[in-house]
Amino acid sequence: MGLTGEWARDWVTDSAEVIAQNRVALITLDRPIGDGDHGENLDRGFQQVLAKLDGLAPDATPADVFKLVAMTLISTVGGAAGPLYGTAYLKAAGAVTGAPELDGAAIVAWLTAARDGIVLRGKAESGEKTMIDAWTPAVDAAAGALADGRTEPEILDAAATAAEAGALATEPLVARKGRASYLGERAIGHRDPGAQSTALLLRSAADVAAR
Amino acid sequence: MTVGLVIVSHSSRIAEGVVELAAQMAGGTRIVAAGGTDDGGIGTSFDAVIAAIAAADDGSGVVVLCDLGSAILTAETALEFLDDGVRARVLIADAPLVEGAVAAAVAAGTGGGLDEVFAAAESANGRMRPDPGTEHAGAGTATSAAGGQAGTVTATVTLVNADGLHARPASEFVKLASDFDATVSVNGVDAKSLLRIMALGLGPGRAAELAASGPEANAAIAALVGLIESGFGEKPTTA
Repeated sequence: MGLTGEWARDWVTDSAEVIAQNRVALITLDRPIGDGDHGENLDRGFQQVLAKLDGLAPDATPADVFKLVAMTLISTVGGAAGPLYGTAYLKAAGAVTGAPELDGAAIVAWLTAARDGIVLRGKAESGEKTMIDAWTPAVDAAAGALADGRTEPEILDAAATAAEAGALATEPLVARKGRASYLGERAIGHRDPGAQSTALLLRSAADVAAR
Repeated sequence: MTVGLVIVSHSSRIAEGVVELAAQMAGGTRIVAAGGTDDGGIGTSFDAVIAAIAAADDGSGVVVLCDLGSAILTAETALEFLDDGVRARVLIADAPLVEGAVAAAVAAGTGGGLDEVFAAAESANGRMRPDPGTEHAGAGTATSAAGGQAGTVTATVTLVNADGLHARPASEFVKLASDFDATVSVNGVDAKSLLRIMALGLGPGRAAELAASGPEANAAIAALVGLIESGFGEKPTTA
């Protein structure tokens, strides 16, 4: 069974909870290599999305929900995460506009569009210690799971697992983008907070789909 | 009708300070601050950038200057949400905030078009294109002497004001030079480029070698010599 608008709402609710729980952890990751605001900014953004969720029409599609997330994050997250995640959700919405249910191919399509949106906005490539290092493995794993004929929750699970591994794999990297790039080799050993929040959000998407 | 500027910073006080500084160098231009988050914190606001672009644009276009990373991301995201017709005349300059804003403000204040204001801002990023077609004006050493090669009027003037061709006098110089239908250089650099002139570091007592060509070359040189000799309204060093 495909992912519905209800899944998308539940994902937002769960995302807000997960980000709130990990707020301090994300701040702790961000402090040594960024400006320490990633957890706080993202938490503020998702709390705002949560507050607006009830305003959606009862028959809102997943794309409608993605668009609400996009516009709210763009307007309320003061740091780089706002435009980056905002663009990701906006492009994701564009990839599945109008569809009441998302099958495996649609999931891969919106994950790909989201990743491409972040690449467009942040101009980062793989291996530069950014959220791309979680997104690209997630997209590849989802495409692989789709090709293997997996179910929708399994496709999201594959994406989340790959994103988690990707986030972990940012630790030995030197940063090439963002504030962490000022640190040169001193960024080695620190996990990229954006890659970590990507892993958290995609794990949340998979958890909600598996319920 | 002048090109507007938008200053995007993580800090409202930085944005407002840059606006204040740039406005002092180039009065009459529309320079709008978009600093800080909507709740007054450190960060950048998408809505503030959108509003600032609207306020800065009279149809002539807008050059946007940003401070750190996410300010650029926010500005780029804001551009995507503009109507196509507006987006076509909004450019994000890759330039240091203060220097870029001052150079762009002077270019806008002297009636520069969108491309010229954008180029003035980007001239601050240390990757300036080679200065096109200005010849070194080393022809004469006599004060206010006109002469030089065919078609070029030159003059050498000693700076008498206390600070030489520093920021404010340099911006007055650029404004005056822009008033004439002439190609003017000072010590070999384009007299319409504030940052190039400031980079010359011409202090008091130093000689400014002016050269002009074009229909109003004589008038331009006469006016600029007059401006320098007047000490830009500052107290002269030898008073």
